[in-house]
Amino acid sequence: MNLDELELIAKSVRQENAVYDYELNVCMDLACASQGAEKLREALIAEADASGKKVLVRRTGCMGPCSSGPLLRVDPDETLYRHVRETHAQAIVNSLGGQPVAELQCDLNEHFDKQVRVVLENAGYIDPEKIDDYISRDGYKALLGALTEMTPQGVIHRITESGLRGRGGGGYPTGLKWSTVAKAGGDVKYVVCNGDEGDPGAFMDRSVMEGDPHRVLEGMAIAAYGVGASKGFIYVRAEYPVAVSRLTTAIREARRRGLLGSGIGGTTFNFDIEIRLGAGAFVCGEETALIASIEGLRGTPTPRPPYPAVSGLWGRPTLINNVETYANVAPIIRNGGKWFFNMGSERSKGTKVFALTGRITNTGLIEVPLGIKLHEIIDDIGGGVPGGHTLKAVQTGGPSGGCIPAHMLGLGVSYDALMAAGSIMGSGGMIVMDDTSCMVNVARYFIEFCMTESCGKCIPCRAGTAQMHTLLTRICQGTGTMEDLDLLIDLCDTVKNTSLCGLGQTAPNPVLSTLKYFHDEYIEHIVHKRCPAGVCNIQAPVEVLA
Amino acid sequence: MPAFTPPPLPSDDKRWKIVNGTMRKNGFARHALIEALHTVQSSFGYLDDDSIRFVARSLRVPLSQAYGVVTFYHYFSLKPPGQHTLTVCAGTACYIKGADKLLAEAERKLAVAQGQTTPDGKVSLMTARCVGACSRAPVVLCDGEVSGEMSHQQLLAQLERWTVE
Repeated sequence: MNLDELELIAKSVRQENAVYDYELNVCMDLACASQGAEKLREALIAEADASGKKVLVRRTGCMGPCSSGPLLRVDPDETLYRHVRETHAQAIVNSLGGQPVAELQCDLNEHFDKQVRVVLENAGYIDPEKIDDYISRDGYKALLGALTEMTPQGVIHRITESGLRGRGGGGYPTGLKWSTVAKAGGDVKYVVCNGDEGDPGAFMDRSVMEGDPHRVLEGMAIAAYGVGASKGFIYVRAEYPVAVSRLTTAIREARRRGLLGSGIGGTTFNFDIEIRLGAGAFVCGEETALIASIEGLRGTPTPRPPYPAVSGLWGRPTLINNVETYANVAPIIRNGGKWFFNMGSERSKGTKVFALTGRITNTGLIEVPLGIKLHEIIDDIGGGVPGGHTLKAVQTGGPSGGCIPAHMLGLGVSYDALMAAGSIMGSGGMIVMDDTSCMVNVARYFIEFCMTESCGKCIPCRAGTAQMHTLLTRICQGTGTMEDLDLLIDLCDTVKNTSLCGLGQTAPNPVLSTLKYFHDEYIEHIVHKRCPAGVCNIQAPVEVLA
Repeated sequence: MPAFTPPPLPSDDKRWKIVNGTMRKNGFARHALIEALHTVQSSFGYLDDDSIRFVARSLRVPLSQAYGVVTFYHYFSLKPPGQHTLTVCAGTACYIKGADKLLAEAERKLAVAQGQTTPDGKVSLMTARCVGACSRAPVVLCDGEVSGEMSHQQLLAQLERWTVE
């Protein structure tokens, strides 16, 4: 396979598609699929056949606005329909060539206008199980171009120049990480993709792996060329069976096309990928724990240094990046580092995918240039808080992050700004909370999560999160005291500063940020024995008879 | 050193061949432990003593280490699942939209705590950390099928269908 052959495939796909007058793209991502998208697709195929019109029905990955699902986009007119059921299939096929079906049409211009799609550029346009669909949209061009026209140093330089930072949450400069692995000695190196999306409330990695799996493979292959590795692993949560199956298909297809395996693109570059299943441990998102898990061990982290870039999988230099980070690689190689560098804010370049959920009108996946104001995401893209409720906080970063209060919605979303506000970028979960959420209860929820997910290796995390949970439970039940609150703050400090890995070091964040911005809610629970949001079940105080 | 001969299959149940296949594909390497355990669980529904012993011996992993791995990861189960499984997603978006109340309702209805199976073996009640369907919170999985925007009535109706079956 070389660039010319790639172009031939792309051309033949375009020719095949040109036969059709209309394309019906059915979103088959989890949210739409759980509402009957498969039945809709079958009904559309049947109706299209019966109508005699030249119609291509295609299954695609996530289109974004999940709350309007099942979604259907009719091309070339780009008519988007929402809440489409199989019973609508006939009307839609009949409407082709005439007026669109008005009652199903959705106007989400405002939702899409502020978005910029890099990682999700193919979502909604390709069939994730067809490698040729990916190739027809410039797929694998970056890989073959890099192999034949760029040196490994050149590849790393371009990534460095783009300003891309780790999308798993840490925000470590990707180019720097790559060059550390490239400089590490030894002839065996590994490239690992972290698909252990553990943040409860984030699903963009799942969506990318399911909707555009080849993009991840291509990114990994380019990285392997850059750092000098010939073997890669994708570590995926077992809770994502569809992602596993799509990736398995994608790897098989890529091997068949000669885009994985030995002598890729007629060069001497060899690279192959294996999938490893996680088994439900949040801590395995931490890189040293992830490595232990790939080695078949309990996923407990080890102290760094040595960093995996120097001594990782089986003691070899190992590059670990998140799914979304790899998904950015091919477009950067294709369009140049400067193109990417020009998007985003001063120290946070490019775009970021967020899973916008919770108490918001348009839930789903969005991709925005970094630096965008939070209120633009909530009001313009998200359509605001429904049901006449008022927004209370936006939670980012999951159990490692914090809650940004409503009065700070003018904040530009970047690694540094979120950190300064007491939260983190995280992997991209963005959960909107309104006045029906109790912030003390939310803090307790996250600490409970960290408590059960603590691997137990280091004491501050293992014992600290358990004690914090006890204190928070007491406060939620109305039996907490002001001394408990002091103790809680003290514990936060200990756990944050003395835990071994990121799980423990960031576990206090949800507590600290709610204490910072919603201190009065804690006081209400402790002093006045009432939960302002009406969430906590506080019993009326029992009068003690002297 | 004499060549390693993997132990014989525990019985002529065909599922052992699938498990063995996974291990053979990985050259009976120790790092295949989690993969092999996944295959056991997907074939048999859970991991019992015999299967853990068999995998540990085949991969030359100390039994203590194999058991340590099984109990470390939430996904592995040491108990057989019920005929049906209701999994309540406990992710953040679901929690914000009242998944804890759904879980309490299910616990009340089935009279078992999360992680347990009803005495008649009909329904297992589980929780998941997040199934990634956050935009349709609160989400439950009925025998693996995602149902979004779950109401208490829908949940009870589903459990009713299963228990009278």
